[in-house]
Amino acid sequence: MNPAGKKKILQCRVLSNRKITEEHYMMGIEAPWLAKAANPGQFVNIKAGDNTTDPLLRIPMGIYKVRPGGISFLYKVIGKGTRLLAERKKGETLDVLGPLGKGFDLALLKRKKFLDIIMVSGGHGVVPLNCLAEHLSDRGSKIDFFMGARTAGHIAGFSDVRKTGARVHIATDDGTRGYKGCVTDLLVKHLDRGYAGKNSVIYACGPRPMIAVIKNISMRYGVSAQVTYDEYMACGIGACRGCAVDTVEGIKLACKDGPVFDAEILRLKSD
Amino acid sequence: MNPVWVASGTFGSGDEFRDFVDLKKIGAVITKTVTMAARAGNPSPRVVETPSGLLNSIGLENGGITDFKKEILPGLRKTGTRIIASISGSTEMEFADCAAEMNKKPAPDALEINLSCPNVTHKGGKYALFAQDPGMTEKIVKSLKRVTGGTLIVKLTPNVTDIKEIAKAAETGGADAVSLVNTYFGMAVDAGSMRPLLGNITGGLSGPAIKPMALKAVWDVYNAVKIPVIGIGGIMTGTDIAEFMLCGATAVQLGTVNFVDPACYPKILKEFTGYMKRKKITRIKDLVGKLQT
Repeated sequence: MNPAGKKKILQCRVLSNRKITEEHYMMGIEAPWLAKAANPGQFVNIKAGDNTTDPLLRIPMGIYKVRPGGISFLYKVIGKGTRLLAERKKGETLDVLGPLGKGFDLALLKRKKFLDIIMVSGGHGVVPLNCLAEHLSDRGSKIDFFMGARTAGHIAGFSDVRKTGARVHIATDDGTRGYKGCVTDLLVKHLDRGYAGKNSVIYACGPRPMIAVIKNISMRYGVSAQVTYDEYMACGIGACRGCAVDTVEGIKLACKDGPVFDAEILRLKSD
Repeated sequence: MNPVWVASGTFGSGDEFRDFVDLKKIGAVITKTVTMAARAGNPSPRVVETPSGLLNSIGLENGGITDFKKEILPGLRKTGTRIIASISGSTEMEFADCAAEMNKKPAPDALEINLSCPNVTHKGGKYALFAQDPGMTEKIVKSLKRVTGGTLIVKLTPNVTDIKEIAKAAETGGADAVSLVNTYFGMAVDAGSMRPLLGNITGGLSGPAIKPMALKAVWDVYNAVKIPVIGIGGIMTGTDIAEFMLCGATAVQLGTVNFVDPACYPKILKEFTGYMKRKKITRIKDLVGKLQT
């Protein structure tokens, strides 16, 4: 744990780095202090290349798995930085800054005896939720995990999430696996089967439109929801005011006050 | 005097860096620009990376002068570092009011007058920014010198035809030093979505990409004014500091590099002192402006 919210810059050995789906890579790094200090929902900022100014800034990486000696990331190659990251080999050193951000509110779970924990991931949103599901699995919590992806080939993290003991419900846009349609439609069907509002909690991570729908669902069904909402970042430590998120409590920062937010405080364009 | 400072807007309120740097070891911390009233800043996205650079359109988000004096200044004082407060306003009157308020006890050690932020618009001058207008620059500096009587550093914009002209106007107005450069006008476009990448459409460019242009600006201004020049623009290493000093900077500010590596300050300072040792230079003044042409 890390009650003072301390951050460190660490030189971490790459333990593994492999392509696991058409789009996704999984990297494991040796980081014993980070593994103890990080909470589900937090992220780290990684220098993708050594001795280069292009890319200039670090890359934010959500923590996917925590193990006693280190942490793992699940990432997609989408630009210069992630392309460099994909080329890192076992044994090389990675410059890592973290843990950053505010993770999921675990104290809330301790305070309230939630009967139903619902997780909703859209595409790459599975990353912090897998970390959360693993964290909660040692407590024997009952988790319904709704996993959405474009097609069967785009699903990542299914077996890892299932190993946590969560009941996984899949939705794909094209129906090549599971329910055909939006993962949020699948969630609504589940909620319509009569789950009470006050003893359920929703954790959601995914694209902006999905988060907007989750916010609506949360209000409609009276279920509290914590969502991840991120924004382009520069410093990652709350100094530059770059990653501004508009909320009913004023401007907050995704890297410091988030990326996990209570859905109800977010001021979304779709509101 | 430690001539290596950290630039406004890049060091937060100092607290964010407490795990990485002992602020007492920093030559001076220039605070995030403060205005009379609180400002919400521009819509996100406010930052986007470009090759070897960073575009920002933060828009001077700050809690206002009262919040600064009450919540931020005391904490910074406790760190034992030198504090230079950056101030701004939309009009000449707001600049003066902000300077006067800032100067009330407890006051910072100096003021940096931000006439040059590309993400705001000033009212009452010929151009979008007071720092683009030599007449307004001189007028505002004169009035602030009258109002505060303390050390005034004027931060210039490179988005002008002739930065020497503006620097001379600041000098005539009574500036104790000029700092340059603030960020360059710039923008980024996503051809796929056909949209600008910044919520404000345009922003200011900083980082290593601008160093060649910033060096030239420092060189030009050094040769045009007698007051000290403080160099800013893409400094990443101790050698970069030396380059700026050779071009005429008496002091420098580290900016964007703080985002790349929050613990960079002591490393860069060490690199610079290493350069001085290698060159057998013991005094900064023996380096400043010593470019051999």
